[in-house]
Amino acid sequence: MSIEELEKSIVEDFELFDEWAERYQYIIELGQKLPPLDDKYKVDENKIKGCQSSVWLHAYSENGKVFFEADSDSTFVKGEIALLINVLSGQDPKDIVDTDLKFIDAIGLRQHIAVTRANGLASMIKQMKLYALALNSKQSA
Amino acid sequence: MDNVITTILTKPAFDVEKVRNDFPVLKTKAHGKPLIYFDNAATSQKPQVVIDKLVDYYSNYNANIHRGVHYLSQKASIEFDVVRSIVQKFINAASEREIIFVRGTTEGINLVASTYGRQNVKAGDEIIVTAMEHHSNIVPWQMLCEEKGATLKVIPMNDNGEVIMEEYKKLLSPKTKLVSVVHTSNSLGTINPVKDIIRLAHEKNIPVFVDAAQGIVHSTIDVQDLDCDFLSFSGHKVFSPTGIGVLYGKAELLEAMPPYQGGGEMISSVKFEKTTYNEIPYKFEAGTPNIADVIGMGAGLDYFSSIDQKGAHAHEKALLKYAEDKLAAIEGVRLIGTAKEKASVVSFVIDGLNAMDVGMYLDTLGIAVRTGQHCTEPVMDRFCIPGTIRASFLFYNTFAEIDALTEGVKKAIKLLKG
Repeated sequence: MSIEELEKSIVEDFELFDEWAERYQYIIELGQKLPPLDDKYKVDENKIKGCQSSVWLHAYSENGKVFFEADSDSTFVKGEIALLINVLSGQDPKDIVDTDLKFIDAIGLRQHIAVTRANGLASMIKQMKLYALALNSKQSA
Repeated sequence: MDNVITTILTKPAFDVEKVRNDFPVLKTKAHGKPLIYFDNAATSQKPQVVIDKLVDYYSNYNANIHRGVHYLSQKASIEFDVVRSIVQKFINAASEREIIFVRGTTEGINLVASTYGRQNVKAGDEIIVTAMEHHSNIVPWQMLCEEKGATLKVIPMNDNGEVIMEEYKKLLSPKTKLVSVVHTSNSLGTINPVKDIIRLAHEKNIPVFVDAAQGIVHSTIDVQDLDCDFLSFSGHKVFSPTGIGVLYGKAELLEAMPPYQGGGEMISSVKFEKTTYNEIPYKFEAGTPNIADVIGMGAGLDYFSSIDQKGAHAHEKALLKYAEDKLAAIEGVRLIGTAKEKASVVSFVIDGLNAMDVGMYLDTLGIAVRTGQHCTEPVMDRFCIPGTIRASFLFYNTFAEIDALTEGVKKAIKLLKG
């Protein structure tokens, strides 16, 4: 599925919830289900340090697609990671670089960027795009 | 609930419901639930009288102050000037001349670092702070030390979050040029023995700066009794608007200090050859001041003075004890900051849980707490934790709200531990 289709499906899932409490709990569930990241990738060079939580992000490419694995000490951030991985992992690097990730606004997460600013949702997206950009230029070279 | 009943029976009744009515925001809903505001150490809520005062100023007499010959300017000037005397009485300063309006505690500290510090600190000198300072009482001194080649010394604290006075005594030396200490810790709640700290420094003729950002609302501050040389606080933590605060300094020190910023108001006469500076406190107040918020702060301090402060502090103490007992009884909860002398701030961690996750869950219940390092990264490092969940109470909080918090924490543990 394309990034856009995957985003659409997340937005549809979130439309089932009326309250922020339900969205919070759903994101926590996603975080709890996120496959663990191998300890060998939990190194400083993969770490995005925030004031409230840290993220470890590992990226690799296979058959021209970019794949992400990540972990955090915050379950909520892990839930956010799960959403991002769902949308971006396995995609074409150029598509990752170009996407606006509109679903973040659509599911009401933007209001929490103010908090997550400190724990790195924005830095995490930036880092995912940087990996994609690096892999993209490697492929074009 | 036994604690509540005991409190009601043994303490003089402090009418919480009455004061709650003074704060319109306490009737707000958060995510559709009644707001429980436990982020008071970050900022206090504002009583209606303060909000009305701001509206009245902007609606009826907004004008630039001093030197205006017209009606509005004179009215605004009178309302502005009276606040200096309100502040003087509030902290019992010897003179209005010792009260400087600043943006907040942070600017108060930066002002002294940039003026008194630059003038008096030289290479090889030392400045002493405690291990529990807010970043605002670390970084300005570090910047000064870097500039001058001086060294920042830190009084360590014990596992309860209390400064170790014996270590402090060892740090005081002929090299010490200033001691700057937090009155009440924002992340641990510890109330420091500021009076002893000052006395010991003064025995060696070392001046002391007191960061009273938290202390101003939880204790009665008397600068003459403390005998501090400088003290700063922010209006917004004491029922007043944001963007306004106070720096107190002993007159003889302020007089000897160079100005902070140059501009209007702080001058006596400006010639291209040489400018002479105004008298204190105006020497330190360049530019049009924050007129509205100064006037608002006057209303905020008047409000605080008008309520039963002893009753308020006793109520806060009872809230603290109640919250500490209930939270500590929850399995996996560990209190951070267990000093004997504490303000109504409860910081805690929960085994295996990220503080922000818990804070966000409590938010879904309408409970406002703060999570993270609270601008005290060295405190978190000292206790080897990434951050805490902090609930801070003021007199308008209730025992029932604390019950909601502890129930919320239990539910958060259940949900997050999965």
